[in-house]
Amino acid sequence: MKENINTPLGDGGIDDRLWEFIDGQSSIEEGSAIEKLIETNKQWKEKYHELLELHQLVQASALEEPSLRFTKNVMEEIAKYQIAPAAKNYINNKIIWGIGIFFITLIIGFLIYGFGQVDWNAGSDNKLPIDISKVDYGKFFNNTYVNVFMMVNVVLGLMLLDRYLAAKKKKLQKEA
Amino acid sequence: MSTGPSDSEIISLVLKGDHNAYALLVERYKSYVFTLTLRFIKSREDAEEVSQDIFVKAYRSLADFKGTAKFSTWLYTIVNTTCITFLRKKRLDIRSLDDEKTFEVADNQDSGFRANQVEQKSRLNMVNQAIALLSPDDAEIITLFYKNEQSLEEIGQILGLEVNTAKVRLHRARTRLKEKMERYFTEEVKDL
Repeated sequence: MKENINTPLGDGGIDDRLWEFIDGQSSIEEGSAIEKLIETNKQWKEKYHELLELHQLVQASALEEPSLRFTKNVMEEIAKYQIAPAAKNYINNKIIWGIGIFFITLIIGFLIYGFGQVDWNAGSDNKLPIDISKVDYGKFFNNTYVNVFMMVNVVLGLMLLDRYLAAKKKKLQKEA
Repeated sequence: MSTGPSDSEIISLVLKGDHNAYALLVERYKSYVFTLTLRFIKSREDAEEVSQDIFVKAYRSLADFKGTAKFSTWLYTIVNTTCITFLRKKRLDIRSLDDEKTFEVADNQDSGFRANQVEQKSRLNMVNQAIALLSPDDAEIITLFYKNEQSLEEIGQILGLEVNTAKVRLHRARTRLKEKMERYFTEEVKDL
């Protein structure tokens, strides 16, 4: 069964808060509140020592060691290979753009061809509940509809711009 | 964690053609990689073979290491994907040894387990044995955090998780580790 990450742990969050405190990830206010609870509350104190002991035990446990020949084996193995060139060197952006443009052109071509093949008068005998030719489109494009449509587009545009700028900022931070 | 040239210095030497410098990186990280691999693949022989394969893969892709993250974080990402691929290929049973029955089977399979437990009653050995009883996911996150000195942000990068999700997973893994220790190492826990 897949665990639900959002549900609290068994001990009503004490474990969570204590682990954060032990890991040094609690905020200053939270840290001092927990320190006070450990001093004054027996349950918190016992739990804290229990978790701290586990934390220290795991921290002090030894690493597993591979065989003595390990490094030698790896070096013998890599002697057979060469370092592959960085992916960015052999992936040509122009080719990626070319493939993209090719597919977009193909889709547009199919759409134009498809629409060209449609006999728009074929279904004219079928009576629709409303006569499309008599629909007053001007009614739908009055100020309110246009304004709502424009507003939605502006919001979407701003969201996209925000995502683009956030990604750019992240990239710059990483490079720094 | 280490003295001598930094990881990035070694990497630039290797990229310039000094392939022998790669041995320094292997020496530096072999125990970390092997321990982490052993959390997925319980057999030491297989784990050693896979660990070697990981270092070979890392060597071949070294030019792709951009240096935006720590070398260890990048390396452990390779460990993660290689181990998962290995387990898929081998179709190994990667269920957690949660129920008593499964534990007994594992216990019987490794006849020396209890004897070894009596022989080496040390706390640290007990922790390693308890970690080995966890599911690969739990064992991996505990190993990354404690042994491989990765921050929650780096663990998130390695496992492809949000930091908060990594934090919750770590808390839960530790809770399950505590349960395992209390369940299977009751006497030793009392002695602590």
